[in-house]
Amino acid sequence: MAEIFNYEVLRIIWWVLLGVLLIGFAIMDGFDLGTAILLPFIGKTDVERRIILNSVGPVWDGNQVWFILGGGAIFAAWPLVYAVSFSGFYYAMFLVLVALILRPVGFDYRSKINNKTWRTIWDYCLFISGLVPSLVFGVAIGNVLLGVNFSFDNFMIIENKIGFLELFSPFSLLCGLLSVSMLTVQGACFLSIKTEGDIQKRLKKLLNILPFFNIILFAIGGLMLQKIDGYEITKILNNSADSNPLNKEVSKHAGAWLNNYSTYKWFIIAPILGFAGQIFAMILSHFKHDVKAFIASSLSVLGIISTVGLTCFPFILPSSLNPNSSLTVWDASSSYHTLVVMLIATIIFVPIIISYTSFVFMVLRGKVNAKTIDKDSNFLY
Amino acid sequence: MDLTLVEASRLQFAITAIYHFLFVPLTLGLAVIIGIMESIYVMTNREIWRDLTKFWGKLFAINFAMGVATGITMEFQFGTNWAYYSHYVGDIFGVPLAIEGLMAFFLESTFVGLFLFGWDKLSKVKHLIVTWLMAIGTNLSALWILIANGWMQNPIGAKFNAESMRMELDSFQKIFFNDVAQSKFVHTISAGYVTGAMFVLSISCYYLLKKTNLEIAKRSIIIASSFGLLSALSVVVLGDESGYSAGLNQKMKLAAMEGMWETHEAPAPLAIFAIPDQKNQKNDYEIEVPYVLGLIATRSFDKQVPGIKDLVKVSESRIRNGIGQYKILKNLRDGKSSNPQADKAFLKENFQDIGYALLLKKYRPDIENAGEEEILKSANDTIPNVAPLFYGFRIMVGLGLFFIILFGTAFYKMNLKGNFNCKLLLQICLISLPLPWIASELGWFVAEHGRQPWVIEGILPTFLAISSVSKAQVLTSLFGFIILYSTLLIVDIFLMVKFIKMGPNKILHKQYS
Repeated sequence: MAEIFNYEVLRIIWWVLLGVLLIGFAIMDGFDLGTAILLPFIGKTDVERRIILNSVGPVWDGNQVWFILGGGAIFAAWPLVYAVSFSGFYYAMFLVLVALILRPVGFDYRSKINNKTWRTIWDYCLFISGLVPSLVFGVAIGNVLLGVNFSFDNFMIIENKIGFLELFSPFSLLCGLLSVSMLTVQGACFLSIKTEGDIQKRLKKLLNILPFFNIILFAIGGLMLQKIDGYEITKILNNSADSNPLNKEVSKHAGAWLNNYSTYKWFIIAPILGFAGQIFAMILSHFKHDVKAFIASSLSVLGIISTVGLTCFPFILPSSLNPNSSLTVWDASSSYHTLVVMLIATIIFVPIIISYTSFVFMVLRGKVNAKTIDKDSNFLY
Repeated sequence: MDLTLVEASRLQFAITAIYHFLFVPLTLGLAVIIGIMESIYVMTNREIWRDLTKFWGKLFAINFAMGVATGITMEFQFGTNWAYYSHYVGDIFGVPLAIEGLMAFFLESTFVGLFLFGWDKLSKVKHLIVTWLMAIGTNLSALWILIANGWMQNPIGAKFNAESMRMELDSFQKIFFNDVAQSKFVHTISAGYVTGAMFVLSISCYYLLKKTNLEIAKRSIIIASSFGLLSALSVVVLGDESGYSAGLNQKMKLAAMEGMWETHEAPAPLAIFAIPDQKNQKNDYEIEVPYVLGLIATRSFDKQVPGIKDLVKVSESRIRNGIGQYKILKNLRDGKSSNPQADKAFLKENFQDIGYALLLKKYRPDIENAGEEEILKSANDTIPNVAPLFYGFRIMVGLGLFFIILFGTAFYKMNLKGNFNCKLLLQICLISLPLPWIASELGWFVAEHGRQPWVIEGILPTFLAISSVSKAQVLTSLFGFIILYSTLLIVDIFLMVKFIKMGPNKILHKQYS
């Protein structure tokens, strides 16, 4: 097969694609996770809660596939990252799984019985199903930046010294809080488009405050990065060698995470986008430009997540136990052949996915209100 | 009950997979049946066919939700509980999983929303296309996951890379066209179609027995019995194909399924019944039919079906050869090789027995020093547990033949003769409801238990594939899943029964007789 890209470039492409998938997940599934978090608070009556659920009802499952695909892509393109992070964060993954399992059944089963207790239990299950994944993802990302306690032996058997409680440190909790708050804003922006009246009023009130909160959290995170130990590759064979994380040397020291911003000055666009997006979401929502506010929030999500990726590039999962074992773009990827096959599949199918997803959103455009629920009560969520 | 970490991990995977496969076959079959019903609606413009679609669609949605819920677990369990597996074969195995996401999950999950909620927003034809796209999505999902599983059973198209210490993709074409994968795929979706057909048939017979919703029930039966008959024939034929494939690629699995301890003269006889004695490696009370197995499994009169004992001898020689390959690998990984480049190149072509050597790790970490007794024990470890495979396989096949007879009878009496009044037939159809589920789960049991001790046939033993996690962690998740899944299963069945009892007339506010 003709080598159109060399291995190094292919790895960068797949690092970008991984980011794209995770950002896609945060933007698309983010708004229905945020909606679920808002459900018990913005929806005060049964009809209001049904309105909220049916605003995202037809599209949430397709949105969640961004998450499934993200997991599949990590498995296919970065198998060591998949193996170390999923087994390392064992209890956290289990909690996320339980929360995600509650989603399809929550949406489909909640309104099938006309009983207040039944429906309230499901409402809180849905709330948890939105809160827990949002929180855990933020905490996980915080831990990625801090480095995680793992190592490999000569046969690449993982030595796993990652505890559960130690995953919750001030920095990682900050990231978790930001994640929840950021996705709640994303959910509120989407819901503003789909709802009206009292529900929309409550959302707007929230959108006057929450973006501020996000900006503060994000700024604190940035400041803390100066004090935290970052990682830096000091010696590596070459970026196109076969994937073997044991073949390099890494140094760990305070402030190393900010190095990329001096080396590649244009990286600063990401955090700027993170801040600006929140500000614009707040302003645009206030002036009733709901679709533009959603776009602004989405751009902020893009900015915030890109900031994480660009900050630790080329590291994907640093090891605090044995920095040399860290997983980086240059030595944790799949083989050249696999990356090519996956790239072709992605190039063919992602545009197709985007087009039929857009079609579905277009068909379902318009407000959801009490009349909508009343008309088709037996068949709606 | 004291479980090891490996046993707990295996038990969790088995339980979560079995739970997932309670919902998948119904999704596969019912999606296609609904597509057929809606197609008839669009072609005839008769309201009742739209109501049929909506009624069965409601039950479909209850089931689909559980399929999605239990499916998420599967995608992540490879990472959480089988981390070494994920590293060792992820370069190959991850590809069909990711493509499943790109091609199938997006399709089915995006269009299920429009299927359920787009009736008033789409034209008749557009909604029909949505329904079929959803059905195609579910079937594509089966394709890719079975390509992945097919590779576990017959790991072609891959080579070993000593630098990255893992198996790597060599030919995507070989993986896609793997005949184990292809026959498995058609066999499995056929099983799904049988399940969907039985679901519709049984519930419709319930309405006939209760003498309500007759117009809906009769039309449902006409679709279900014909679709069911074709699917039942397909599942048995493709089952035969899978067996033939096992004879070529997984000889030990076939021998174990058939309880064949000794190699018989060709064509080998088929054991209809036996009581396998694993310890003494023989069968008691065996009832044989001459020639049949040889003819089915080898499709010839003169090819032998190797027995378990002879296959153990093959394993033994592969273990010995594997120790040599392992020694070179170990030196290389420990930095003690005198010519790393040459060794890497050698291992790229000569890795096929390393997996067999790895079996010795059960008895000692330094397998390069393994003694005769350990080699013989490991060779014996390549025999899976014969009795459950022997019985499980026979029950599954028996059920498959029963399905052909049942659907055939229903088709003859109800479709051809228009006789919906035979009470005995209706009752048999009704109580047959759980049978396709039993057959499907037995099929998976035979497929996966039959490949033990391997997680990747001949390449990686199951006990080496686990994550470096504590037993407490796995027991927590194991019991967590059991409790959560059982609760949800009860809720799912409760809702299904509630809506089945309500019936189409009440649900749709209609008045069909």
